[in-house]
Amino acid sequence: MTEAGIVIVGAGEAGARAALELRECGWTGSITLIGKESRAPYERPPLSKSALVEESEPSPAFILDETKLDRLRIQLITDSKVSEIDRNGRNVLMEDGCRIPYHRLLLTTGASPRKLALEGSDTSGVLGLRSFGDALAIRSRLLPGKHIVVIGGGFIGLEVAASAREKGCEVTIVEVGPRILMRGVPLPIAEVVEARHRSAGVEFKLGIGLAKIELEGDRYAIILADGTVVRCDTIIAGIGAIPETSLAAACGLDIDNGIVVNDKLTTSDPHIYAAGDCCSFPHALYDGQRIRLEAWRNAQDQGIVAARNMAGASESYAAVPWFWSDQYDLTLQVAGLPDRAATMVRRESPDGGFQVYFHLAEDGRIVAASGIGRGGLAKEIRVAEMLIEREARPDPASLMNPEVKLKTLLAL
Amino acid sequence: MSQGWIEVCEVGEIDEEDVIRFDHGAVSLAVYRSDKDKYYATDGFCTHERVHLSDGLVMGSVIECPKHNGRFDYTTGAAKKTPACEALKTYPVQIEAGKVYVQID
Ligand SMILES: Cc1cc2nc3c(=O)[nH]c(=O)nc-3n(C[C@H](O)[C@H](O)[C@H](O)COP(=O)(O)OP(=O)(O)OC[C@H]3O[C@@H](n4cnc5c(N)ncnc54)[C@H](O)[C@@H]3O)c2cc1C
Ligand code: FES
Repeated sequence: MTEAGIVIVGAGEAGARAALELRECGWTGSITLIGKESRAPYERPPLSKSALVEESEPSPAFILDETKLDRLRIQLITDSKVSEIDRNGRNVLMEDGCRIPYHRLLLTTGASPRKLALEGSDTSGVLGLRSFGDALAIRSRLLPGKHIVVIGGGFIGLEVAASAREKGCEVTIVEVGPRILMRGVPLPIAEVVEARHRSAGVEFKLGIGLAKIELEGDRYAIILADGTVVRCDTIIAGIGAIPETSLAAACGLDIDNGIVVNDKLTTSDPHIYAAGDCCSFPHALYDGQRIRLEAWRNAQDQGIVAARNMAGASESYAAVPWFWSDQYDLTLQVAGLPDRAATMVRRESPDGGFQVYFHLAEDGRIVAASGIGRGGLAKEIRVAEMLIEREARPDPASLMNPEVKLKTLLAL
Repeated sequence: MSQGWIEVCEVGEIDEEDVIRFDHGAVSLAVYRSDKDKYYATDGFCTHERVHLSDGLVMGSVIECPKHNGRFDYTTGAAKKTPACEALKTYPVQIEAGKVYVQID
């Protein structure tokens, strides 16, 4: 048997970034990256955006290709599900019966779309979106004139809705909550997003649940809780994701809304680490509260920190949460956790191109910033992120005044 | 100004420690004014993906890409932080009579 090296289960964003970083930081032992998908690791964000609207047949945006894998001596095993972790023997068991020993193990198993379940309804034809294969399936349904119903007014549902409108579909969004984007985005930004969708011709059914789904030939009739019937060709559910914790739970690791890790991204077993959408971690900026994120940059950065720590470092992960979403010509960005704030103040760019909200805690500390628009938005959010990182207490009047360069507040 | 130098803008049009976009024919540049009041120019698009660096943040002699936070030293073009690993092409800059000029080969 070869000497035990580092084994990574889950060949997605976090797993791939970890493999790359291991070589970057000088790990010379073996690296085995195992994934159950048939493809090498690729980027997921384009799946709800360009992959659905592009004219030509899309191909995945690969994070690792053959040349890189060879050059860096990373062994990628695709199409293989890990079915068990033997913590005493320090090896993982694959579905085909193969065992691979590990010196350190990283779990980057991600999350899976929550499945729509409705008593008495066959929901097996309802589509979800996580993988490139899912995107191809949705793409093939986005034909001009077809009616698409998106269940759930979260980011993925809204991005799919925008893409479907761009392809000429009729689109209805059904959201049981009183408004779209209930989680993590302040009301005024959700309103801008909703207005943009409405002006593009999207219809909304807000604050209303589903009662039943009936098949009518190759179409669907969706019966809403108030009796309204919406007929459509395709149903796409974007109702959240569930962290993939089954492997970790089965071998007795602590689970709490994800695989429990500490600030070094170690699980309750010191030889096993976890990173990305599958783990929950304590955040130093938010009083050590345990959070779980489903965001691209977090997956990357946690993969990188876990890699360094597996190779011998002892870094804490404390990056400011950050994500973006693109819908039509609008970009939305959020840094930090807006729901931890007591108040917010607004800044509008002088040319009206974007607006940013700064979210302040009771003690005046800036805990989040959220913005929507075009152009210079990224810069403002980036500076806000640095203010959040420093736990700054910027003067609200300066935050609101677009004449005050945000960067000058960093110097205080 | 001698041959090959192209006028970008008045010196005051770029804030200190900031960057603007400058398009000329088929080339798109990022033109910087440093915190030490010097001017520089590089290719406008990040070497990682096609994202314009003029939307990024200038910190000292570093430009940070707005998309994945890759970083470059804009005075030399060198890549400083992943996922940016390929250097940016740089262009000579001159100031004359209160105007910024760049030389595009
Ligand atoms: C459609 C879509 C759009 C998105 N858009 C944005 C965006 O605009 N902005 C943003 O910030 N974030 C976005 N995200 C979120 C971002 O892509 C995720 O946060 C990121 O991919 C998480 O990385 P991960 O490595 O934790 O999980 P994943 O990338 O999901 O990788 C996990 C991998 O592990 C594999 N796996 C699981 N269990 C096993 C097992 N037992 N054995 C072997 N393999 C296993 C899975 O098959 C999967 O390939 C989007 C996500 C999706 C799905
Ligand atoms: S596009 Fe610039 S770092 Fe990725």
